[in-house]
Amino acid sequence: MQSLQCSITDAIIDPAAVLAGTSSDNDGAVVLFLGVVRDHNDDRAVSHLEYEAYTAMAEAELRKVGQEARDRFDVGTVRIVHRIGRLEIGEVSVAISVASPHRAAAYESSRYIIEELKKRVPIWKREGYLEGERVWLAGGTK
Amino acid sequence: MIIRTLFFASYKDIAGSDALDIELPEGALVSDLVSQLRACGDCWNDLPASPVAAVNREYSPLSTSLAHGDEVAFIPPVSGG
Repeated sequence: MQSLQCSITDAIIDPAAVLAGTSSDNDGAVVLFLGVVRDHNDDRAVSHLEYEAYTAMAEAELRKVGQEARDRFDVGTVRIVHRIGRLEIGEVSVAISVASPHRAAAYESSRYIIEELKKRVPIWKREGYLEGERVWLAGGTK
Repeated sequence: MIIRTLFFASYKDIAGSDALDIELPEGALVSDLVSQLRACGDCWNDLPASPVAAVNREYSPLSTSLAHGDEVAFIPPVSGG
């Protein structure tokens, strides 16, 4: 069964759970993308991140992005999970799992989803720095 | 009419609240809501004159006309991922 599942959660993301059941007998490739919290940004030492979402709209917008990926690429099941709340270094902020009969569509659709998510989905991150300051980031990072 | 108005991230810091019920005259546009907020002075001037807005959870132009009970959210530049 191909499906499109999108959610915002305040719980720790388990990559294995996102991956499980993504592929069907029709698929020859699965790509799992994980966004993780790194310990620096623009040469500043980061201690943690805080994510906030306009949850109802973010889930709807994620569904649009996921549907666009299915319209553009030959993909089956698409799962997108984004975490909110306080995240420590190394924790998973976003997981995207896509299955396709072929690897090119799996890679391209995964890339499409994360790039569109960063442009359009109403989620914001605030960086907490080691020296104590906290700053909302504006605009997508690389 | 009453418009439920939502603020997120840096805009929440400007508003000092994540949600306000704002009274507007019938037929008002999203841009009228922005003007009314910015006229409140103080840090409201930090709200952009043309912020990105969503009406009832859909991105919408500032020229969108509002109806009683609509939910308007002002969307700072997003930074998810």
